[in-house]
Amino acid sequence: MDRSERRTLSSITGKVIMALAGLFLVVFLLVHLGINLLLMADDGGRAFTGAATFMATNPVIRLFEVVLFGGFLIHMMFGVGVSIRNRRSRPVRYQHKSESETSPLSRYMLHSGIIVFIFLALHLIDFYFIKVGLVAPPAGVERHDFYHRSLVLFSDKGYSAVYLVGFLFLGFHLNHAVQAAFQTIGMNHNKYTAGIKVFSMLYAIIVAGGFMTIPLWFIFFR
Amino acid sequence: MIFTLKIWRQKNASDKGGLVTYKAEDISPDSSFFEMLDQLNQQLIAKGEDPVAFDHDCREGICGTCSLYINGRPHGPLKGTTTCQLHMRSFRNGETIYVEPWRCGAFPVIKDLIVDRSAFDKIIQAGGYVSVNSGGIPDANTIPVPKPDADAAFDAAACIGCGACVASCPNASAMLFVGAKVSHLALLPQGRVEAEHRVQKMVATMDSLGFGNCSNTYACEAECPKEIAVTNIARMNREFLAAKIFAEKEKQISFTL
Repeated sequence: MDRSERRTLSSITGKVIMALAGLFLVVFLLVHLGINLLLMADDGGRAFTGAATFMATNPVIRLFEVVLFGGFLIHMMFGVGVSIRNRRSRPVRYQHKSESETSPLSRYMLHSGIIVFIFLALHLIDFYFIKVGLVAPPAGVERHDFYHRSLVLFSDKGYSAVYLVGFLFLGFHLNHAVQAAFQTIGMNHNKYTAGIKVFSMLYAIIVAGGFMTIPLWFIFFR
Repeated sequence: MIFTLKIWRQKNASDKGGLVTYKAEDISPDSSFFEMLDQLNQQLIAKGEDPVAFDHDCREGICGTCSLYINGRPHGPLKGTTTCQLHMRSFRNGETIYVEPWRCGAFPVIKDLIVDRSAFDKIIQAGGYVSVNSGGIPDANTIPVPKPDADAAFDAAACIGCGACVASCPNASAMLFVGAKVSHLALLPQGRVEAEHRVQKMVATMDSLGFGNCSNTYACEAECPKEIAVTNIARMNREFLAAKIFAEKEKQISFTL
């Protein structure tokens, strides 16, 4: 019995766990987007700070923060694991590049995932690590709240560019990911699969577009 | 018609192999891809060289023996067509054509363009059958099957097991093949009896043979000569999850014959 035969999890179970973790993150992104859009409210950050304080203090949300980190971790671990196995399954590669028609950007899920991960790491350093005190706040930040931190960061064009690129790739990732997750958990039916594909694309456009609106708004309207 | 062929030549399983360039001249646009290769082989034999080895049998698109990864696509540029049903009129005159074997760790190259696809046989042996005790021949239609189910089962059963799904998949995954085999039995009452057992055994065997994981690129569906739909993969996933979660614990029955 070779090593792969002793696997504790089958390929399908692994993929389903990854898909469910991904769908959980899909719900989280909507909540995060909703709060971030409050940055554009013309009230000196009152609504945004209120929401941020609620997220930082509510015990249920505190518990879900742990679940969220778990969700990210599981999704990334299984994603990388699946990709490694996939590369191994074709030890000798083709000389001619593939001309097969595929679902848009579906070949580049690991690549877009890695770009999103790099952005996530920067994002954690910029916000979460400062909040929990792992990183000292940079000079020029008067208060340690998320609202003023966002103002400082978005006034930097370089940071805004990184932010836009990060979300562009998240959009590419989501466009394939959402509909693929439904396929993986076995939901494919001639009644609703076309609808799921449209939903997947709309969700990607709304989430990526929504997040990208914020730095653009800061550049052009403030 | 004239073509420049870049064909993968490999003496045996342990040889490293590489692309060799040949000129194919005076080819009729109505000749099939294999007739073109036959013509090339005749020239090679006349020159005392080793002819190109490739798999073929029925040459009418039903046996699943032919393979060939042509210009980056299994079975060449036409949709829903096996290599044996592909004609040279589908190519431009003077075109350079790359011909490679299926690439997958579970399909090792035996010689030139021939790969060993017995990994698929192992998956079928693991559960792609219905156990029937011997006895009298049952009357037709004793077991009623709804027409839509029969149609869906037949669509899945159209799989000829050629391996184009594995060849086209960026991950060399066999999910479309296994999905089709699981589906065509799971949709029929005769196949339901062993359905839970079957899907688990076939997926476990597929995993153990070193095929990749499906990442839903749907290249398999686009390249399948029998146009098997990825709905069958979703059905297999459902069957598998239901079996893993709800199946009654099986007793360890083992017997030898």
